[in-house]
Amino acid sequence: MMTMIRSKIAHLSTRATLAFVACLLASPAFAETETGSGWGLLNMTKGVTAISEEIYDLHMRIFEICVAIAIVVFGVMIWSIVKFRKSQGAVADTTLVHSTRVEVVWTAIPVVILVVMAVPAAKTLVKIEDTTNTQLSIKVTGFQWGWQYEYLDGGVTFISRLDRKSDAARELMSGIDPTTVDHYLLSVDHPLVVPAGEKVRLLLTGADVIHSWWMPAFGVKKDAIPGFINEAWFKVEPDKVGVYRGQCAELCGRDHGFMPIVAEVRSKADFDNWLKEEAAKEKQAAAPTDAAPAAAPAAAPSTAGSPGGLPAAP
Amino acid sequence: MVDSHAAHADHDDHDHKPHGWRRWVYATNHKDIGTMYLIFACTMFFIGGAMAMVIRAELFKPGMQLVDPQLFNSMTTMHALIMIFGAVMPGWTGLANWMIPMQVGAPDMALPRLNNFSFWILPFAFTLLIGTLFVPGGSPAGGWTMYPPLVLQTGAAFPMLIFAVHMMGASSILGAINVVVTIMNMRAPGMTLLRMPLFVWTWLITAYLLIAVMPVLAGAVTMLLTDHFFGTTFFTAAGGGDPVMFQHIFWFFGHPEVYILILPAFGIVSEIIPTFSRKPLFGYEAMVYATASIAFLSFIVWAHHMFTVGMPLAAQLFFMLSTMLIAVPTGVKVFNWTATMYKGSLTFEPPMLFALAFLFLFSVGGFSGLMLGIVPADYQYQDTYFVVAHFHYVLVPGAIFGMMAGVYYWLPKWVGKMYDMTLATWHFWLSAIFVNVLFFPQHFLGLAGMPRRIPDYAVQFTDWNMVSSIGGFGFGLSQLLFPYLIIKCVRSGKPVENPRVWEGAHGLEWELPAPAPYHSWTEPPPPSVIAKGAAH
Repeated sequence: MMTMIRSKIAHLSTRATLAFVACLLASPAFAETETGSGWGLLNMTKGVTAISEEIYDLHMRIFEICVAIAIVVFGVMIWSIVKFRKSQGAVADTTLVHSTRVEVVWTAIPVVILVVMAVPAAKTLVKIEDTTNTQLSIKVTGFQWGWQYEYLDGGVTFISRLDRKSDAARELMSGIDPTTVDHYLLSVDHPLVVPAGEKVRLLLTGADVIHSWWMPAFGVKKDAIPGFINEAWFKVEPDKVGVYRGQCAELCGRDHGFMPIVAEVRSKADFDNWLKEEAAKEKQAAAPTDAAPAAAPAAAPSTAGSPGGLPAAP
Repeated sequence: MVDSHAAHADHDDHDHKPHGWRRWVYATNHKDIGTMYLIFACTMFFIGGAMAMVIRAELFKPGMQLVDPQLFNSMTTMHALIMIFGAVMPGWTGLANWMIPMQVGAPDMALPRLNNFSFWILPFAFTLLIGTLFVPGGSPAGGWTMYPPLVLQTGAAFPMLIFAVHMMGASSILGAINVVVTIMNMRAPGMTLLRMPLFVWTWLITAYLLIAVMPVLAGAVTMLLTDHFFGTTFFTAAGGGDPVMFQHIFWFFGHPEVYILILPAFGIVSEIIPTFSRKPLFGYEAMVYATASIAFLSFIVWAHHMFTVGMPLAAQLFFMLSTMLIAVPTGVKVFNWTATMYKGSLTFEPPMLFALAFLFLFSVGGFSGLMLGIVPADYQYQDTYFVVAHFHYVLVPGAIFGMMAGVYYWLPKWVGKMYDMTLATWHFWLSAIFVNVLFFPQHFLGLAGMPRRIPDYAVQFTDWNMVSSIGGFGFGLSQLLFPYLIIKCVRSGKPVENPRVWEGAHGLEWELPAPAPYHSWTEPPPPSVIAKGAAH
């Protein structure tokens, strides 16, 4: 009898979980729904790296476990609430106050579930922490309020800030309808450009306060802390060339909500060309007569007058 | 108000109540002090709530319509500080003041003058904190977690913030000492530790947590103060310090703090579910041990609040496992509450309704907490609205519903009058529905990539933010019923006939007359009454 009920519950909960999950799976990923309705935005993005997919799978697994437990536990609660109503003549069994056997069982089962969950999580974490054998290193400096990217060995450094259109629209009572702005608050003047298929290492630090570099599609979120260097890495699947968007994820002052992160993933060849061109441009710009380097802060006039200091030029 | 109290006091001359304002300013009576704590907490709840309304109004649609980003950040910071230190913590202390002497068979709290002091610190602390809204540079806007270096950019409000936190901490420590001394020394003969009601147990453990961690918070903010004014560099890398060290110290306080906010609710729910199931609590001893285990574990999980700061792999694994472990004793509690209802005889008066909502919705918060413990997944959840949804589920339908359940449970005993049950049931259903409309969509927003603490957002987040804001306004407005109900009950409620009030109520507080006498147990209750009350 007990086993029958149990298998029935298990069956029901699997079905309900599947329905729930299917509903979530139907929701489009973050990067693909810039326009149109937001009602379908219900779940985490699978992202475009092996790690982000593993994270997504872990997320779905723990979610499914939670839903299954919820169905069983809430089921018993609701059943008790419906069945043992005084108005339906229920009489309390006041002798039912303790059962060592039951208590041991419901202590042991969660322990088993947690171990089942902890093992794959630990495995993924070990992979995430492996920053060896990277092919490209980029130093990322968060400042109030933008990001500086420095391609170590590439001779390219630039600053990336909220683009002008978003910046104009986000002023208090600007009168500009945000829906008319392309990628409102999620576009920048100079996106980070990275190659697909290569293991890219980020070296993160902060210039003033703590920021956090978050790119949901890469499964990377790491704090950028002044005076310290954090490491993170990602390797975008070779066929996932495209533009990906994220934001600063650590409260960093007045304009914390206005320092997006945009990464342009290009093919290896495109990336190499881009890096060469940029390096050449910067060399030219570094010539003493040139007064308007491409990546100078003047490119983002809207933030002039903000108290945040820029990171020291390299 | 004062006059009516004084007039009322004339009828109770045997109670030797001081008259007029002296009764409150010089208060040493546990019930008077408890009342002041509760009124204070309720006031702060509405001030903090008004700030939440500003937040939800600004987030109703994309674009900046109402407030400057700096003021927005002030609102999130102040909302948290006021709700945590001003509403929930004093609310629990108020209930402890009222109920602990009544429940353990004592005449009053052990240290009545200390009690007066610990309460009267609070209005000053919060006047100072709320006063920061009017100083140059505005109120603190670096988040309630006060992370350096950002918090050091606070203007004239900075020392006010630090001093206010010091005062709140002092008040909490004094209140906690009073609770511990009362429970340890003032129990009636026969009231052994394992006969104490669960509310007393959870408060005892809460008090120890407070005594352990409030000094840690005080230390952390003092270091901020010296970094800011006296040239120390505890949290500045340039001087050999480390900003992340602040986060470790803060969360060593902060994680036990979240249990300080929730354990008394566990206690109240453990009182209410047996009463309205007409059946003793299932697994009383397991409940006590589970509470103690949770309290112990709360000291070794702090870094799960900061997985993205870049800790060694081993540390991340340790904190992931210890965090997951908390699910075990918490699960035990939920199972025990469920088993208490099993084969009971249930009725659904307002306290039970709130306790049941607690049971379901706190569990939802527990599930998302378990998810947050999985480090790789946490990298995606950290600092998003998923976290906002998580901690509001455990704090609003958790701590706040627990507190409201407690007030609806004991109010008839306090004032000897019954409140308007129909209206209270309305209050419950409006709260229970709107709290979900408010917070459930925030799970979606967080998973879809919306960071927390932002005043404006990308347009694809509009729909769920609108839903959440509508839920927020509905929830905020529904709460106005709560003080209205209480005032109506105190003024013109129908006198309760049976001092036990609820058919299934057990425990010493129900043996006292209703309204409860000014001094609770001037003579210890007979051991037989204690044994009858502790029917587990």
